[in-house]
Amino acid sequence: MPELDPMAEIRASFFIECEELLEALQDGLETMAEDSGDLETINVVFRAVHSIKGGAGAFGLEALVRFAHRYETVLDAVRSHVMVADGDAIKLFFRAADHLSDLVRESRDNGVLPEAEGNAILTQLDALLGDNGVEEVEETEIDFQPMGLALDLGLPDLDALPPAGPAEFTIHFTPQPELYETGNEPFMILRNLAELGPCEVTCTTENVPLLRDCVSNGGYLAWTVKLCADISQDDIIAVFDFVEGLCDLTIESMQSAPSSKVSPALPDLPPLQDEPPRQIVPEAPAPMPAARSDTPATPKAKAATQPAAKAVVRVDLDRIERLVNLVGELVINQAMLSQSLESSGLSPHSDSMNGLEEFQRLTRDIQDSVMMIRAQPVKSLFQRMSRIVRECSAAVRKDVRLVTEGDTTEVDKTVIERLSDPLTHMIRNAVDHGLETTEDRRAAGKPEQGVVKLTAAHRSGRVIIEVSDDGGGINRPKVQQIAAKKGLIAADANLSDVEIDNLLFLPGFSTATEVSNLSGRGVGMDVVRNAIQSLGGRITITSSPGTGTTFSISLPLTLAVLDGMVVHVAGETMVLPLNLVIETLTIDHDNLEQTRPGMNVVRVRGEFVSLFDLGVELGYRSAQESYLDSVVLLIADEAGSRAALIVDEIQDQRQVVIKGLDESFYRAPGIAAATILGDGQIALILDPADIIAQAQSNASVLSPKLMEMTQ
Amino acid sequence: MTLSILAVDDSRTMRDMIRLALEPAGFTVTTADDGIHGVEVLNGIAPDAIITDINMPRMDGFGFIDAVRGQVKHRATPILVLTTEAAPELKARARNAGATGWIVKPFDPAKLIKALQMVAG
Repeated sequence: MPELDPMAEIRASFFIECEELLEALQDGLETMAEDSGDLETINVVFRAVHSIKGGAGAFGLEALVRFAHRYETVLDAVRSHVMVADGDAIKLFFRAADHLSDLVRESRDNGVLPEAEGNAILTQLDALLGDNGVEEVEETEIDFQPMGLALDLGLPDLDALPPAGPAEFTIHFTPQPELYETGNEPFMILRNLAELGPCEVTCTTENVPLLRDCVSNGGYLAWTVKLCADISQDDIIAVFDFVEGLCDLTIESMQSAPSSKVSPALPDLPPLQDEPPRQIVPEAPAPMPAARSDTPATPKAKAATQPAAKAVVRVDLDRIERLVNLVGELVINQAMLSQSLESSGLSPHSDSMNGLEEFQRLTRDIQDSVMMIRAQPVKSLFQRMSRIVRECSAAVRKDVRLVTEGDTTEVDKTVIERLSDPLTHMIRNAVDHGLETTEDRRAAGKPEQGVVKLTAAHRSGRVIIEVSDDGGGINRPKVQQIAAKKGLIAADANLSDVEIDNLLFLPGFSTATEVSNLSGRGVGMDVVRNAIQSLGGRITITSSPGTGTTFSISLPLTLAVLDGMVVHVAGETMVLPLNLVIETLTIDHDNLEQTRPGMNVVRVRGEFVSLFDLGVELGYRSAQESYLDSVVLLIADEAGSRAALIVDEIQDQRQVVIKGLDESFYRAPGIAAATILGDGQIALILDPADIIAQAQSNASVLSPKLMEMTQ
Repeated sequence: MTLSILAVDDSRTMRDMIRLALEPAGFTVTTADDGIHGVEVLNGIAPDAIITDINMPRMDGFGFIDAVRGQVKHRATPILVLTTEAAPELKARARNAGATGWIVKPFDPAKLIKALQMVAG
């Protein structure tokens, strides 16, 4: 069947649409939670659920339809001011939205639908409606008969009739003006009748007034149709379905092969004529008019962010991956080309060199554009986190509000996907460990509601994502005590605040005195840090007692390309991320100071910065006799800590394509990835901040290894 | 005879479904994303019939029907309302706004085609 494929495609597209709708739903609910929502917000929320229901119905996803319908019913009540959505109701709406998103996911993956939870939520939703709820439940059953056109005119027996012989029907049909006003056309109706069987149509024109008295859509004409066909009266009524109530209609039948049951059906006709008043005058127009008249009048800021109908193409991710890889190859190729042209001794003003420059510029543009394709706003990720906050604040009985900033910050899609787990864990930590209990907060004179803040921003070519709480801050004495007890540090170690905070990242560290069932799942912050590092990112902590803790993640914008500085160290070629290099300098007698054996500092504009020999830190060589006249790179990481690295030579600045190191490689500290240079040589990409961190901790407290090495 | 149809629905899934139902049957389908978009699109075409959803952002189905009927050349263009809501009041409201007929979602492609043929030939 050729329809199978497009259907599968539409189904897939439906689920993508669901994601968007669920996002709109979340947004709307959040707005409602903030300012109890204007009408358009409620409309958006309603429509989101409504559209999910509509699509789900088309694919026979009954559980989804059923839940969405009852959810929608309650939202409709809010929309039509039958009920007011207070804080508790909105919390329930959030839960229902979460459940709806579960249902969507499970329906998509043909998974197991969490019925019990759904029923619990539905019961609560129905309870919101009070008495109205019961009525609505019944409607559910009727509403989703797939055959919407079925007529219910009280002619139940007809279907059961054995096919009778051809019958002759006489139909009197007098359109009313409304019939014309609604775009119905008697000609079409007569033609449809003719399709049922041979017709004899007579038009009554006696009511047509003089031309000067005519109104354009006056119902002046009437028709009498004699139809002879082997059909039931139902078939005729079906023809008049859309104009029922808009015309005077009588149908008489004379069975040529008499059937006793047809005639008794005739008296059922009066209801047809009784119906018009009920249909034309809307008795209960409560929900819609209110919604409709107010809709254009309230263009609220939030409503304006609704999809501004952008033209979008959906592309298979594989194709983009391929494009990204090809562009990567292009960059390498271009680097090789420039290298060979330069070595060929061409004049820099020659056509070739000019062309090469243009080529470089274009390559960079292509690269940027390709990266843009993969970039996505972090919003979807943040929304998932708001759900985590809701669920886990409920589990530990804390009142927590999630504040997000920078939802529109764009990050590589892969990065977003791979951030989900670490971020979930960090959010859980913030709620579970970061924030105090409600009693403690009250005692500390803080608002009872704790705040977890999630922000994203672009900063100097990287993305900074921060998770902060307004809790009690890290309890450093306790952290140190636990670390000592677990043998992670020496019992008498003298640690700075930053060093203590970083103990949280040590494997197997957990501060909660009793492991709660929430964040204590055997996953520590070390796992989070590893996940972030594998994305080429770094994580840092800042905490101040009494006011809270902030975890800051710094990530590269893309995983594919890096602006690097190519340097030589101990005969090796290495690449340093350029954005970390602040300046370069040369060591002389005036700026070099030794603080203790093996520990040098360099003076840069009146400040002292620790000096490290990159060759030594990486284990390529032992410390040199003298560092005079060495080239030094001054680098700084996101946290602002600086260091000076000694290298042998700076070769070049260029873009390099990051080639990740396979899991099977030993994960060497200080090494982030590798790349292929223009001449085909492989070079390691350094993670200087990691090197600094390693070197500093080595040099200060933890191990004497470095001391041995340097001496 | 090829009929040209304008389908107005804010759900991409529904627009795709309508397209899938009608195009193999020889209909020409133009789509619009909401009422306002529908009115814009209508400026450039003369469809034999219009299908519209009710619940849509910016301008809902009722507003859209009003706007269409307000144009002299579309006073008699058949408009079918596509709705998940089978409530009689809604049908009455649609009809009051000037809708020719209605189809209840989820629709059966054959029924949709038949309904279109009934009103538009």
